[in-house]
Amino acid sequence: MSGDPLLPLPYVVTDRAPETDDTVTLRLKPVRLTIPRLRPGQFTMLYVRGVGEIPISISGNLSVVDGSLTHTVREVGAVSRALCAAPVGTVIGVRGPFGTGWDLPSACDTDVLVVAGGLGLAPLRPVVLAALAQRWRYRRLILVVGARTPDDLLYRRELDEWARREDMAVVLTVDRPTQGWRGQVGFVTEPLSWLALDPSATTAFLCGPEPMMRFCASALLRRGILAGQIRLSLERNMQCGLGQCGHCQLGPLLVCWDGPVVNYAAVGALLTIKEL
Amino acid sequence: MEILDRDGLNHLVDSLLATGHRVIGPTVRDSAIVLDELSGGAQLPDGWGVEVAPGSYRLRRREDMAVFAHSAGPQSWKQFVHPARRKLWQTDRDGEYVPAEEDRTPLAFLGVRGCDLAALGILGQVLGDGPRPLVIAANCTEPGGLCFCSSMGTGPAAGPGYDLVLTELLDPHRFLVEVGTPRGARALLPVPRRSARGPEVASARSQVASATGRMGRVMPEVDLRTLLRDSSAAQRWNDVAQRCLTCGNCTMVCPTCFCTSTEDVTDLTGQHAERWQHWVSCFEIDFSHLHGGSVRTSAASRYRQWLTHKLSSWYDQFGSSGCVGCGRCIGWCPVGIDITEEAAALAAERSGSDARA
Repeated sequence: MSGDPLLPLPYVVTDRAPETDDTVTLRLKPVRLTIPRLRPGQFTMLYVRGVGEIPISISGNLSVVDGSLTHTVREVGAVSRALCAAPVGTVIGVRGPFGTGWDLPSACDTDVLVVAGGLGLAPLRPVVLAALAQRWRYRRLILVVGARTPDDLLYRRELDEWARREDMAVVLTVDRPTQGWRGQVGFVTEPLSWLALDPSATTAFLCGPEPMMRFCASALLRRGILAGQIRLSLERNMQCGLGQCGHCQLGPLLVCWDGPVVNYAAVGALLTIKEL
Repeated sequence: MEILDRDGLNHLVDSLLATGHRVIGPTVRDSAIVLDELSGGAQLPDGWGVEVAPGSYRLRRREDMAVFAHSAGPQSWKQFVHPARRKLWQTDRDGEYVPAEEDRTPLAFLGVRGCDLAALGILGQVLGDGPRPLVIAANCTEPGGLCFCSSMGTGPAAGPGYDLVLTELLDPHRFLVEVGTPRGARALLPVPRRSARGPEVASARSQVASATGRMGRVMPEVDLRTLLRDSSAAQRWNDVAQRCLTCGNCTMVCPTCFCTSTEDVTDLTGQHAERWQHWVSCFEIDFSHLHGGSVRTSAASRYRQWLTHKLSSWYDQFGSSGCVGCGRCIGWCPVGIDITEEAAALAAERSGSDARA
């Protein structure tokens, strides 16, 4: 562990697995010292030498305690492009962990409803894995995943394995189907209107583009799920991870500190204010 | 309570220098009273005052030789505890991240007014307390045309947090000095001084008290935290956006605005990389940048962010207001936008809409 939260620790890329055309899953191992263990929903700051640093949620199985980190990264800017292109052996700087987690254990004895849009599945994957690892703690486990096209779905093999399981329900939906697509067609909000839900005992975990999460939350509220039972993960510009650089503000919240995982009851109204 | 004369003030500076302090205080440079490292008490701005107005700051010669009778200048103490640009770390090919070395010379701040003392406390709350400078505060006896510290509860008397506090008295020129901490008492030990007489103390108290009534500006007497929290849809944001140039001057001169960005650089060989941190402003488009665009693009949304953060969401994040009433943002706004006027307009709009409701 490093004492200075502003100082990265060197990690080396030990595995690089392309997920889609623009998304890669990296496995990182500490060169020497490790950052403290992450909880599902938390993020690290990843630094590519000479390029820059960005926040990336953890997407691996967090019951694995060998000190490795798994991050799924989509190419959207200079740093994420450099991360996606990083070959095995590249040394990356890592700071963290930062932010709040999904707090899955508090969903004990309720139905766990996981709704992911696009890359939003990455931060939610540890939730699904943790729920499966202690399956008896939760009632139904429902995963709804939306993507633009079938080719944009992450963790394809794993999704297929999950879909075959008896102890969870998986609904896949795409905006634009390709030939041979056998899942749903339409936005990820649509299954939320017809899925069998038990509003009195459901905990919902949402991650994806902000409008998608807003619409999903509204759909769930219409189904009788209370705002306080809905959690979502927000994205903002973040540069320090410590609530000190000011970039990640959303009204009263410092998203790096009070989030990224927040309760919809606390942010629902804030998300309706344009350009907040 | 004791009395220092003008020479005594020089003695105080000299003894702080002799004990290894970097002494920072007001001095005249570039047609302004700036804060700079002093090599002696003679550099203090004897006999200088200022005339301030929205978008305007001018030095003026005073008829007396007062040292601390000038309201806030273009700089605040922020730059000494939260530098505008600093190196965080460097790394070479060995892959180890080496933190930047910090200058550990103890600082002594001379002439910190109540507003700025409160600002130092707020910065400590946001950024965590670093090594504490020795603070010699100055109770304000001459507020300026843009001051409203009494509205914000930070002055004119300097609040808690000082090691020593001075109140300047004229005819004859002298300073009432009060000790706030043992560290302050130690700093005062080598300095020639005498006991204060009752009327001197009374005169000092009454001058500070009367300063309350001589503030050039006043905040509307409403709960600003609630007002701003509930004003996200106000029309006034469009009005102020017509005038605001989004230059960010207000955030640079503000003694509590703390936002920074990091900058990663390498040398030409790529062998050596460094990370720097520098001040930025929430008025910059890039400030809220995410892939796909910035969150706040309109000037109205950026001004709203600044004012709402300063007066309202600061409480949620750090437990106090972010405004101390120094008036710098009014003086250094190139178009003279006045935070007190904007707050009053929002309050009027709110009470109007409440009345209609």
